[in-house]
Amino acid sequence: MITILTDHWADLVSGVRITLSASLLALLGSLIIGVIFALFVISPLKPLRVLGNIYIEIFRNIPLLVVALFFYIVIPQFVVQIDGFTAGTIGLTIYTSAFIAETVRAGIESVDIGQMEAARSNGMTYLQAMTYIVLPQAIKIVIPPLGNQFVNLVKNSSVLAFLAGFDLMYQANLIVSSTLKTTDTYLAVGLLYLLMTMPLSYLMRYLEKRWAKQPAND
Amino acid sequence: MRRKKNKLIALALTLMGMMVLLAGCGDDLASQDVLKRVKASNEISWGVKSDTRLFGLMSIRTGKVEGFDVDIATAVSKEIFGDQVEVNIVPVTSNTRMSLLKNGNVDALASTLTITPERKKEVLFSDVYFNAGQALMVKKGSKIKSVKDLTKGTKVIGLQGSNSVDNVKKAAPEAKILQLPDAAQAFAALKSGQGDAMTSDNAILYGLAADDSDYEIVGGTFTKEPYGLGINLGQEKFQKAVDQALKAIETDGTYAKIVKKWFGKIDGFDGGVVK
Amino acid sequence: MQNFIDAYSWLNMRFLFEGLWVTIYVSVISVVLSFIIGAILGFVRYVKVKYLSMIVGFVIDLIRNLPLLLIIFFMYFGLPSTLGIRLNTVAAAIVALTVFESAMLAEIIRSGIASVDHGQMEAARSNGMSYLQAMWYIILPQALRRMVPPIVSQFVSLVKDSSLATIILLPELMYHAQIIYGQNSNYMIPMFAALAVLYFAICFLLSRLSRALAKRLK
Repeated sequence: MITILTDHWADLVSGVRITLSASLLALLGSLIIGVIFALFVISPLKPLRVLGNIYIEIFRNIPLLVVALFFYIVIPQFVVQIDGFTAGTIGLTIYTSAFIAETVRAGIESVDIGQMEAARSNGMTYLQAMTYIVLPQAIKIVIPPLGNQFVNLVKNSSVLAFLAGFDLMYQANLIVSSTLKTTDTYLAVGLLYLLMTMPLSYLMRYLEKRWAKQPAND
Repeated sequence: MRRKKNKLIALALTLMGMMVLLAGCGDDLASQDVLKRVKASNEISWGVKSDTRLFGLMSIRTGKVEGFDVDIATAVSKEIFGDQVEVNIVPVTSNTRMSLLKNGNVDALASTLTITPERKKEVLFSDVYFNAGQALMVKKGSKIKSVKDLTKGTKVIGLQGSNSVDNVKKAAPEAKILQLPDAAQAFAALKSGQGDAMTSDNAILYGLAADDSDYEIVGGTFTKEPYGLGINLGQEKFQKAVDQALKAIETDGTYAKIVKKWFGKIDGFDGGVVK
Repeated sequence: MQNFIDAYSWLNMRFLFEGLWVTIYVSVISVVLSFIIGAILGFVRYVKVKYLSMIVGFVIDLIRNLPLLLIIFFMYFGLPSTLGIRLNTVAAAIVALTVFESAMLAEIIRSGIASVDHGQMEAARSNGMSYLQAMWYIILPQALRRMVPPIVSQFVSLVKDSSLATIILLPELMYHAQIIYGQNSNYMIPMFAALAVLYFAICFLLSRLSRALAKRLK
């Protein structure tokens, strides 16, 4: 296991870099898309609500691999040429955005509805009340689940291995096929994944516990 | 303070326990004598490609893998163990086959496996049962006519775990190589323009090009790829039996029949099918 | 259009549904096994048996933070060489999914039980109930109600995740679709459409079922 790490260090590091950049880009993208669709779902306008719900239901119920492969082999034939990394990152973004939308929606809804009404009766518009009163409170509720989504993204980004995306799992497969040391390689790579995911998921658990001590309306 | 210490000790113990478990002290399947085990269980497992036309392709009609490699594996098994032996065909990819053999998931490989000096360190090979050569496949009208055209900025699609990837690295060091998990995905990626050319053995590429008249094999072969049946190290007795079986099916005409069945009608196929 | 009609020929559909059957079969077995194992592990984590709960918790955290793809590889390639067990693709997929999902479920179940007010246990015990009685009659029914939605969404994930086992050539839905479009690339889009519809149908049905179940429990 040690020899795998030392002999293939450069490949593994570049794999980690790709895995992290795909995950970060996808987190950013899915956060933006996710918040937009969450706002759609709770908006007072029915067409937006319907649109938001359809988006969330569709992408929560289709495997990531199907979405990512679609972007890798179908989109380039008809729309635009994108490589494995881009296709994988777009797939991760869309897939994750549906979960983030759900998380953010639940976060917003857990903020007492009375606050929105109070803000509106004080002369704020819907958007103002949302931006200044409801969202800041919702953020605290959604940060731990969002952190967990990032952990999921790091894990799910292994789908790039299907798309020649040069991520850590892809590098692992290449190392296995050249060294044939399956157990050692997957243990070494597993360790690298844990280094990326474990600290963050413990931090999120800690925050969850700390913030949960404040009263929440369940 | 004390609780923390206990926690650390427990974690260390867990980790060590897992390492011991994983370090492998179990009864290694790959090192059991294949001849003995198959005679006892009357069942032999062969690793065969499932997405490679002509060699091993899963039939949509029957769900079974069919092809040259399947027929060779079956004929060899029956020659060694008798007609009633159960031949279990396990689908493999270029990337998974060697690990599956070495780890004992399959007893032998008939999976378009080229005999190379590097692989000889890891597995035993039978005599050559097929001669292929590496080639390039491109979309018709492509600027790439041979491996020399794979210059800087071009992208070549290959299969993870195939030695065609290593060969093309040597023949065209400036080209970027994209390695996909299996032949079907690789061809789909070529069609989507993910690469400018796809490289593999000519016999495999002919099978793929037969699907789609927009694609052609260019530049002839630039390596020799003799295929052998793969067997685990230490299984010399089984290797000998396989070689004898290959000779026997050649003598009694079975081999020629299988060749004719799969390669009789391929136009433009210049790969040797001699043993 | 003609592509769609040809792609959905009786032969192709039969092949696709054979794959769907493997997906369902593997998922159902893994769901049942991982629910049982996850419940036991989650309970062990909750009751805090000295050392045991800590070790179980640590192993669960390790598994939860690894990509499923890695676990699938490990079960398929690693087990025969380390433990001398030969698994076919179906068994390897079931073991990998069960290991991964048990860890996920254990965490859901632990936090579900923990979320029930601690005072209730004390009240039940002071009323003469034994620990197990209090757990069974008072705590678990309440915990279960809260656990149903996350458990079911975990099951939905399991169905979707089973598509990753296509990497070890498990003959499930995704793999069969790949075989079909691998043999005729005109069928690529029809196959992706079929994949989306079939996965969506199973997962959506499953999540609707859970919602109905959750309502009945309330």
